[in-house]
Amino acid sequence: MTTLDSSKEIQKNNSEVNETHEDFRMFGLITFLIADGMTFAGFFAAYLTYKAVNPLPDGAIYELELPIPTLNTILLLVSSATFHKAGKALLKDKNSDSQKWLFITAFLGIIFLICQLFEYFHLPFGLTDNLFASTFYALTGFHGLHVTLGTLMILIIAWQSRINGGRLTSQNMFPLEAVELYWHFVDGIWVILFIILYLL
Amino acid sequence: MTISIDPQKTNNESLQPKGFLRYFSFSLDHKVIGIQYLVCGFLFYLIGGTLASAIRIELASPMSDFMPRDVYNQVLTLHGTIMIFLWIVPVVNGAFGNYLIPFYVGARDMAFPRLNAVAFWLIPPSGLMLVASYFVEGAAQAGWTAYPPLSITTPQSGQIIWILSVLLLGGSSIFGGINFIATIIKLRRPGLKLMQLPMYCWAMLGTSLLVVLSTPVLAGTLILLSFDIIANTGFFNPVLGGNVVVYQHLFWFYSHPAVYIMVLPAFGLVSEILPVHARKPLFGYTTMVFSIMGIVVLGLVVWAHHMFTSGTPPWMRLFFTIATAFIAVPTGIKFFNWVATLWGGKISINSAMLFSCGFIINFVFGGITGVALAQVPFDIHVHDTYFVVAHFHYIVYGGTVFIIFSSIYHWFPKVTGKMLSEKLGILHFIITFIGFNLCFAPQHWLGLNGMPRRVAEYDPQFQFVNQISSLGALLMAISTIPFLINVFLSLRDGIVAGDNPWNALTPEWLTSSPPPVENWEGEAPLVEEPYGYGKEISEIK
Repeated sequence: MTTLDSSKEIQKNNSEVNETHEDFRMFGLITFLIADGMTFAGFFAAYLTYKAVNPLPDGAIYELELPIPTLNTILLLVSSATFHKAGKALLKDKNSDSQKWLFITAFLGIIFLICQLFEYFHLPFGLTDNLFASTFYALTGFHGLHVTLGTLMILIIAWQSRINGGRLTSQNMFPLEAVELYWHFVDGIWVILFIILYLL
Repeated sequence: MTISIDPQKTNNESLQPKGFLRYFSFSLDHKVIGIQYLVCGFLFYLIGGTLASAIRIELASPMSDFMPRDVYNQVLTLHGTIMIFLWIVPVVNGAFGNYLIPFYVGARDMAFPRLNAVAFWLIPPSGLMLVASYFVEGAAQAGWTAYPPLSITTPQSGQIIWILSVLLLGGSSIFGGINFIATIIKLRRPGLKLMQLPMYCWAMLGTSLLVVLSTPVLAGTLILLSFDIIANTGFFNPVLGGNVVVYQHLFWFYSHPAVYIMVLPAFGLVSEILPVHARKPLFGYTTMVFSIMGIVVLGLVVWAHHMFTSGTPPWMRLFFTIATAFIAVPTGIKFFNWVATLWGGKISINSAMLFSCGFIINFVFGGITGVALAQVPFDIHVHDTYFVVAHFHYIVYGGTVFIIFSSIYHWFPKVTGKMLSEKLGILHFIITFIGFNLCFAPQHWLGLNGMPRRVAEYDPQFQFVNQISSLGALLMAISTIPFLINVFLSLRDGIVAGDNPWNALTPEWLTSSPPPVENWEGEAPLVEEPYGYGKEISEIK
């Protein structure tokens, strides 16, 4: 009995000083994305240094073709737009529209990953063939890991935005906004990666 | 959008373990997490200190007779890694940061309490993993820097466990950093301006910026290194066309800021302790803030001064020499501010004050050798000698660890409600100060005369000076005994401290000792002048 009483007492005390504060979850996420971006920055710096100072040895093969990565760039850019659509729809309480756009986004992400794997299997070099091959697989692989995680998160929030019993509503937008920001971040990284790896 | 705190959800008191047991739970209370960090860090300090003693016993004689050479390499690697990643970084950031920052910003907890608990609970498993790697084919042998190709050619399992452990600790550090930035910037009590925060908040803000910007680069680098070790890629392996210097650049891009991650919070803590025990306002608050931010910016662009012997081109040497010399300016400003804070103050000679003064003296020596080491001709002469070891330990032990002890003497009454014994504390300080200087001052001479570091055997002409150094290390080991006795005796039957034994003005002293679960009964106090000592009460807002 005593424990019950004391816990009631504490709850009462706490509700007297019930306070509100600003929502800073997005702030924390942005800080995390800056940190994550620094990981990529380290990889890019390493790759650019290799390009500047380490010559490709004789007979080593390191050739990339543009069609698949260009298609992938378009896929990701379109997926950013469809994600934005999903957010707009949820804001207007159109949960089923939102869910539809989210599934389209996730589908684009999966197509991206399939294209990436297709490229891996058809490239004329493997992970350990030479320095540039290793860097290529490390960079695209690390980015692919981000896309995989992002796609999984999109599928989860798509499930949560279902009409009956889903947690995602126009009052609780944060999960969608957080994944959206993450997805735009991953797209941005891909654009930089595409320029550095394929175009330079 | 605002979030209302639901007390039943955030802090379900009846479900949380009470008393001693809560220190072994996934507690969300920032004070519990702070103590968890401190005690866990101190246990690893004892392990790292034992390893340091083993190194000094080995070096008491010129031959490797105490342990085989490969074991010596493992011991020095584990000593460095444990002391940096499991003692200094978690304690000076995690322990004091978690305990003090919510008080200083007038909050009831950190911004992300669950993330905070996760960040702590990453540390014990990774530390145990690191120590346990000794029993699996031997621990890592490549030093705490893990330079390839050495780290690729030494036994793999120890090195991989080392990498995994450092990755986990890095993750913990990043989560902590995100939490501190969000807490300081977003969770300040209404009405509290940034320029009214106690200096430790600024130090932690700067440190956390460095953590968030540089630690991920180390994580990426170690992932590439583990590919080199496991998957036989050649990022850093010259035999396979790789480039070792790229590793060094990426590694030092984290590890030079890491020095500031270890020492900036200590700057903040000493700025809290000195005004209280000298009864004077902190001298030059604004210049302190700007020098911290100056150190943060400059600290990110000086890393290659660790690599003057790695074939760096002349323009790079010039740039990094000048940038490093510039760091002496903000650091010097802070040093003179501390001296000016003491000047004309009503100084109490107690353990906290003595350790802080010891810090100022040691840190000046370390700083002077630091500026010397930034000069290329001198650096090339003493690179990889004991001079570097001496410089580093003057900064990190003479600087940060002295401040950790000073802070323990200062905040022990707040945390436990009991005073520590001053007699034992002063004894602890005297033995530590003499032992530390006896151990590391002679190493400057050893380095200037060419004794290389990280080698178990040395030229017999250095034996006498090495034995002096080992004697100092013995004193440092002994100095832990009065400290531990002091803590245990005072916890059991120390004098009851009361809420504010030092008559301090910073917010953590304006609540009971030990503080209640959500820091304050009722609203958090608004402290606009945390250093208003020596003024009339009516002048302090």
